[in-house]
Amino acid sequence: MLDQEKWAETVLTVVGLSAVAILGLIILFIFKEGLPAFTQVGLWQFLTGTDWLPSKGKLGILPMIAGSFMVTAGALLIGLPLGLGCAIYLSEFATPRTAALLKPTIELLAGIPSVVFGFIGLTLIVPFIRVFFGGPGFSVLASSLVLGIMILPTMVSVSYDALRAVPLTYREGMLALGASEWQTVKMVVLPAARPGILAAAILAMGRAVGETMAVIMVAGNSAIVPGSVLDPVRTMTSNIALEMGYATGLHRQALFATGVVLFVIISVLNIVARAVVRRK
Amino acid sequence: MPREDKIMLFLIRLAAAIAVSVLLFIVGYIIIQGLPTLSLRFLLSSPTDMGRGGGILPGIIGTLTLTLVSILIATPLGVGTAIFLTEYTREGMFANLVRFGTESLAGIPSIIFGLFGFLFFVIRLNMGWSILSGALTLASMILPTIVRTSEEAIRTVPDAYREISFALGASRWQTVTAIVLPTAGPGIVTGIILGLGRAVGETAAVIFTAGSSLRIPRSVLDPVRTLPVHFYILAREGISLNNAYGTAAVLLIAILLINLSAYLVMHRISIRNGGG
Amino acid sequence: MPKIKAINFNFFYAKTQALHSLNLEIKLNNLLTIMGPTGSGKTTFLRALNRLNDRVPAARHAGQLLLDGTDVYAPKVDVAELRRRVGMVFALPLPLPLSIYENVAYGPRKKGINSRSRLDTIVEKALIDAAIFEEVKDRLNSSAQHLSGGQQQRLALARVLAVEPEVILLDEPTSGLDPLSTFRIEETLQQLKKQYTIILVTHDPLQAARINSDVAFLYLGKLIEVGPATEMFTRPRNRRTEDYITGKFG
Repeated sequence: MLDQEKWAETVLTVVGLSAVAILGLIILFIFKEGLPAFTQVGLWQFLTGTDWLPSKGKLGILPMIAGSFMVTAGALLIGLPLGLGCAIYLSEFATPRTAALLKPTIELLAGIPSVVFGFIGLTLIVPFIRVFFGGPGFSVLASSLVLGIMILPTMVSVSYDALRAVPLTYREGMLALGASEWQTVKMVVLPAARPGILAAAILAMGRAVGETMAVIMVAGNSAIVPGSVLDPVRTMTSNIALEMGYATGLHRQALFATGVVLFVIISVLNIVARAVVRRK
Repeated sequence: MPREDKIMLFLIRLAAAIAVSVLLFIVGYIIIQGLPTLSLRFLLSSPTDMGRGGGILPGIIGTLTLTLVSILIATPLGVGTAIFLTEYTREGMFANLVRFGTESLAGIPSIIFGLFGFLFFVIRLNMGWSILSGALTLASMILPTIVRTSEEAIRTVPDAYREISFALGASRWQTVTAIVLPTAGPGIVTGIILGLGRAVGETAAVIFTAGSSLRIPRSVLDPVRTLPVHFYILAREGISLNNAYGTAAVLLIAILLINLSAYLVMHRISIRNGGG
Repeated sequence: MPKIKAINFNFFYAKTQALHSLNLEIKLNNLLTIMGPTGSGKTTFLRALNRLNDRVPAARHAGQLLLDGTDVYAPKVDVAELRRRVGMVFALPLPLPLSIYENVAYGPRKKGINSRSRLDTIVEKALIDAAIFEEVKDRLNSSAQHLSGGQQQRLALARVLAVEPEVILLDEPTSGLDPLSTFRIEETLQQLKKQYTIILVTHDPLQAARINSDVAFLYLGKLIEVGPATEMFTRPRNRRTEDYITGKFG
């Protein structure tokens, strides 16, 4: 019996380390494969080079970094107000019945695979932009719209939970002082829920930065810094996915190096997110 | 009502209406467009001419095997980690390390998992593009989901149960298997189903690790093409829009059913707990 | 030799001292009632005896706590075995989320008894000794959650008896029960004290008087007075004891 207990403890300790071990392996393998590109191309050159011409040995990923940032910013511009508005509605203004129906529905929709979002973008959003705004349609705008919709469920669900966690007495106190419902939300509920809402935004941002398939389908994928929101764009994730299939040598290492840059950016986002949530 | 209130309330309602209707529209649009293609034949026959004709049987088999194997790998690891965190370690450095690893893993984009799976499982461990490589990659990806939901479920088990069990001379492991796991069972199952849903819809992590073969696999070392990968290839390369819609509809319905069942399992617990 | 003996026993939760140099003896097959107000250290003493306090982070002890002359905190002590020898009934009458039968069979099963016929015998005897058999004999396989509070507490007692302990600790076992259920538990204890060493913790001086055994009065982690109930309730030696039994505080 004691033996069984010892075994259980040993096995569970090892199992408990599996996530840490996988994380370690991921860092080890991606960095090991990507680092040679940094040394050969030069870290600064790699990060700030504006030309991505692997056949000519020109490997600068600035267009992709810029692309990821533009697309993500666009997605947040669309997804944050919509998501937060929806969360405020469900938490503060909807009847309990409506909230009880819509919240799970939105969480259910969090499961829509990213390729489906990409496909909707490809068949509806891209042609729409082409017809009404001009340009090829495959663009920063199309990517931002697709990603903005994609992050909605995360944004709604997490910020809803943050809003609901604000004690009812806060609201009652304000209302008792004669404040209107919106004033109560603006002055008491939103400030109290701010860490949770920030965490939701950072989670959503992480999802947008890391998304691959949906973006590839609507971005156009030209490796140049876009001049307007109607120009095609290529993100870091697409850069990897598009060329992994045939890249060799330094080119392939440069793709893994793109992965390293992506990993570092995402890690910074996660650390910030954790710090923000801890402050709550 | 003050003017600002009216405007803000209108905007908030508008945001909610847009958010909900866009998401519902996507589901409705895909299913309606895909419905004409859907038939038993479509589900049960192999594609012809790269997917221009025929059905999606290999995609279904590929998705089923890949996700099932990944769940079989991720469940013991995830539930084990949750048990370790809740029952076997006090808060401290070590627990923080495990939690840090799990949370970090949860934030890593799927394309990075794809790259890692390719380097480690496909090449380094020489498993090639295969069900096993893909499943191990997916298992790494869904591990945090299972850990988090299982941990939450286990933490809702009343501590009084543990005290009673220990006071009767049961060991920690006996308490875990006899009391903690059965009581937290529905919550843990919910986590596993949510992980399953995520695995079923994943593309980027799978395409570099499980391959895109249209043949029906004979062993876990054979490559497969999952439904999302098949759909991605059909849609992106413009092979067949009809079959793309059909595939997307199947995928979407499957994932919605999976997530719905997770919700129902969870809902039953809250009713049970609430109703005494 | 006393069954249980505390020698200069102290207990701490982090920096808070819950028990101060406790010296106390309980003889074999005797019933000791420990009474005292909330925060007097009664429960801490019980949870030290079966070492359930091991689960509390930063809990520590000093001094000796002997069971049959061996310190329960000695390194060679098997904690699971100790807890089988020293059973415990909690204040909250909570059944495990199992059937009535499996609640009682839980301890024996974890000890490695799996034969159905042996378990049947053990369960029946435990239920009879806890005076609940007649009420539940026709629904042993139904969930224990549907029993009344009093029945659940007698089931908890049966659960402990099934492990065949030497000592039974009861931590305010009737605090949530109606007078009739309380009476039945007290009546059962009078029967059980012939075969078991029992420590009953209560905050109710009236219960201590009804039980009419040896009584120890704990206050703020210190033993104020100990002696037969008849003496303590008629001629308390300490003013605080007198205040407590006359209801002036507590």
